[in-house]
Amino acid sequence: MAEPLLELAAVNTHIGQYHILHGVDFAVPRNQLTMLLGRNGAGKTTCLRTVMGLWRASAGGVRYDGRDITRAATPDLARLGIAYVPENMGIFAGLTVQENLLLASRGGPPDERRLERIFGLFPAMKKFWHALAGNLSGGQKQMLAISRAIVEPRKLLLVDEPTKGLAPAIIGAMIDAFRELKRDTTLLVVEQNFHFARSLGDTVAVMDSGRIVHTGTMPQLAADEQLQRRLLGLSLDSHQ
Amino acid sequence: MKALFDWRPLALVPALALGALLFVPSAPTWLTLTVAGLAMGMMIFIMASGLTLVFGLMDVINFAHGAFISIGAYAAASVLLAMKVQVQAPSLGANLSAIAAAVLAAAALAGVLGLFFERVVIRPVYGDHLKQILVTMGGLIVCEQLILVIWGPDMIPLPRPATLTGAVLLGDAAIERYRMLAVVVGLVVFASMWLVLSRTRIGLLIRAGVENTEMVEALGYRIRRLFVGVFVAGCALAGLGGVMWALYQESVTATMGMQVMVVIFIVIIIGGLGSVGGCFVGALLVGLTANYIGYMAPKLALGSNILLMVLILLWRPRGLYPVGK
Repeated sequence: MAEPLLELAAVNTHIGQYHILHGVDFAVPRNQLTMLLGRNGAGKTTCLRTVMGLWRASAGGVRYDGRDITRAATPDLARLGIAYVPENMGIFAGLTVQENLLLASRGGPPDERRLERIFGLFPAMKKFWHALAGNLSGGQKQMLAISRAIVEPRKLLLVDEPTKGLAPAIIGAMIDAFRELKRDTTLLVVEQNFHFARSLGDTVAVMDSGRIVHTGTMPQLAADEQLQRRLLGLSLDSHQ
Repeated sequence: MKALFDWRPLALVPALALGALLFVPSAPTWLTLTVAGLAMGMMIFIMASGLTLVFGLMDVINFAHGAFISIGAYAAASVLLAMKVQVQAPSLGANLSAIAAAVLAAAALAGVLGLFFERVVIRPVYGDHLKQILVTMGGLIVCEQLILVIWGPDMIPLPRPATLTGAVLLGDAAIERYRMLAVVVGLVVFASMWLVLSRTRIGLLIRAGVENTEMVEALGYRIRRLFVGVFVAGCALAGLGGVMWALYQESVTATMGMQVMVVIFIVIIIGGLGSVGGCFVGALLVGLTANYIGYMAPKLALGSNILLMVLILLWRPRGLYPVGK
């Protein structure tokens, strides 16, 4: 079996005096979409932020593409090909869509082919190219956040709750976009929308109280209602 | 859906000036007061612009900013006193060359000290506002005492260069030459900052960093280097502002920077913390208000800036041009 792209081993994270992650272990296989599920406060966002170097692991290790990145600085991780889309999307509201993407393209102006791909996935980005990002709708902001993450080639996308607060029609468009993205990128996605998770996930890790309580394939979890109830407190079918 | 510029705060400047026309008894007096207000506003802008950028980008409350204003003024005084011949020559070229040398010395000294200050004083207290207030206040006191050690406790008189003294007459209105220079310098500084912020990649990074430093890092940029650059530039601007303010007051004292800090804080709060455009508009409003009220109701002059700030914040609680954070 090929080495996973990302591997967390016994990761502990403290935020101030609070101990959030308690020995998190899981792996993200290459070229797959891994869903990180769990109840509110389970530690999913902390997990992504720890990988991205925004919070430091107090113990344990993180390996990415064969190298130890536990102590790596956030900008270095971005340069190694990890993109991060936070829960609040992190767009620069005072900059235009064009400027947001220009900033994310560190090597110079964005590559034309990649821009065409973005416009194909999210036509609104072309339409609102000169608009202030702060004036976009919630769905368009999320599209911009994801566009910004893929405007340069990335090996790994960390995406935190991409469907949060979005209308069902927009979620459908997001599912199509992620389906296209997972063809050539490895993704680790935190998600609360189980329909979205089941539609896209290849593998799954479930967190509870700062620990990984289940890892496996998404089809396996989707087929086992008892397992869903035990891990998540409800069945996937109850949240469409 | 193009990005539209919000003209309403900017429109307050001509609205205030035209409104004052109704209360000032004569047009020449109004013109004199307006140019004086604009000049004062430009000088405050030069001094405040660095502080607002430092706060917006680095989230640092730097009470020591006033020290860099004083240091710039003293450095300029040393240069101008050494270049007495050029300063007293009745030639605009000679006078401006002396001022240019003074400005370069002031900006360079303030910038270098800013670099040292960021590394030694600011860096250990990033993210902790209470400690920032304490250590930067301490830094301000130390700098003032060092000024007293180096330049002595006496006020240094700083006469303006020969061709920048006196006034020109526009009809019946007397306009001080130095104030016209201050307006021109302020406009040049604002235009330069606007060009850098809106037309360059560094400017794009600064604007993005003011909104969300964490996300700028997540895009692969080392924000610490940007912090240092902006802090040094902010201190150099404070030094330049110190030169302009010292020549305006025609004297230099160790506490001049601290004295002007109250007005600077009012300006950056009115403008919206982190906003250079807001700082510019806020400085002009403060300068004009101080001059109009100082003429019409001198007893209210002291409180006029506070009143202006209250009114602006009632209209826009986050300032004229709020920056998302």
